[in-house]
Amino acid sequence: MRAFVLWTVFAFAVCGHAAASAEYRVVPGGTFVSALSLDGSGAPVKIAGFEMRPVPVSIGDYLVFIRAHPEWRRDRVSPLYADSGYLASWAGPLSAGPDVDLRQPVTEVSWFAARAFCAGENGRLPSWYQWEFAAAADDGRRDARDDPLRSERILHTLLARTGHAPGAAGAGRADIYGLYDMNALVWEWVDDYAAMFVNADARDPDRQNLLGFCGGAALAFDNRSAYALMMRVAALSAMGPADSSGNIGFRCVRDMQQGKQP
Amino acid sequence: MIRRWTLLVLLTMGVCSGAMPAAQAAPLPADSVYRTGLILRDQDGRVFTLVSLRGRPVIVSMFYVSCRDACPLTVSAIERLRAAIEARTGRPAPPVVLISFDPAHDTVRELGMMAAMHDLKGPVWRLARPEQGDVRAFAATLGVFWRQRPDGNFSHNVEIVLLDADGRIVTETAGTGAPDPVFVRAAARADLR
Repeated sequence: MRAFVLWTVFAFAVCGHAAASAEYRVVPGGTFVSALSLDGSGAPVKIAGFEMRPVPVSIGDYLVFIRAHPEWRRDRVSPLYADSGYLASWAGPLSAGPDVDLRQPVTEVSWFAARAFCAGENGRLPSWYQWEFAAAADDGRRDARDDPLRSERILHTLLARTGHAPGAAGAGRADIYGLYDMNALVWEWVDDYAAMFVNADARDPDRQNLLGFCGGAALAFDNRSAYALMMRVAALSAMGPADSSGNIGFRCVRDMQQGKQP
Repeated sequence: MIRRWTLLVLLTMGVCSGAMPAAQAAPLPADSVYRTGLILRDQDGRVFTLVSLRGRPVIVSMFYVSCRDACPLTVSAIERLRAAIEARTGRPAPPVVLISFDPAHDTVRELGMMAAMHDLKGPVWRLARPEQGDVRAFAATLGVFWRQRPDGNFSHNVEIVLLDADGRIVTETAGTGAPDPVFVRAAARADLR
């Protein structure tokens, strides 16, 4: 009897875990030059290897999360952490609506909520550099950013989707790491997004929000052909951490797990 | 050992809110930044929770010890704000809690050295490092953000925040130039609690 109880508890723990966490993919470390001159133009940035969720967190994933953490239901969340736009298009606090595809990426979530979700599966939001490093890949190359056809394709997809709800995640083709929809499905929260718009040394606090104005962030770009990235950064720059947008979702990263070879 | 024990007791108190003193039994308002539940340690090594600041208004800001430029300016800006508030009311201005966002380097010893260097005396001035909890989320509720640059320094902004007795944000200022009259008036209000 005791053994059975133990087994049940064990099975529950294992299954609970499987349901709550996605199969993360390895992004081996490397060096790259960011399109944003955050730390000096053209300075190569060293990225340690990490693991990333293959698709943005889905509405279905998010429902599981708020059932387990009801303080993140839209009718219970603190106004400190989420504004009135939080999950605003949902039919109810625990229902996205009868016609909604649960595989769609969840949007209308604040930065605070996205962080809490990732913490709930022992992960965190990626840093901008981690996100940009991973998003530079295509299905054959780790850094495909200098391919003009690729940039055009991303921009074209992005424009075609403007004004429509994001489709199901993971429908397209995986990149070289096994990640989907990094560039064109939704914009994604990154952990240090707000600090990207802070003046380099804050000695001049009156000007520190200069890049915080929508579009102004484009001034910080080294490579002005990266329009899709510019749109993304401009969108993030307009957001406060408790704000939500129908175009902004997220995915999580975590440290490289032991035993996996990069 | 004793320090660890204190931390454990505080953690337990945080979990079992029934153990809270009666004066703090009323639930925190939904928009109180004290809801982030940070546990801090000050320049004298004392461990305290954010919620323990409840009961009177407080001026809160964030810093890191090795910061050469913005942080000393912030300290002097808060000194000028407090002087302006006291000149207006004739009463002591709210005490100050400066919270480090670089706990990896800002030990109790470092905090103590910074307090001595700027002649910041307790109980009015508390310099604190986060021990437990999500300091980035707490900072974001104040509108404070940072990222570490490859050279180890931080890009960050400055907010000097006036909290009411329940940890709700009353007003904030970047602290440049003359003391912000909106901040001074708000802190001087007799009904601020």
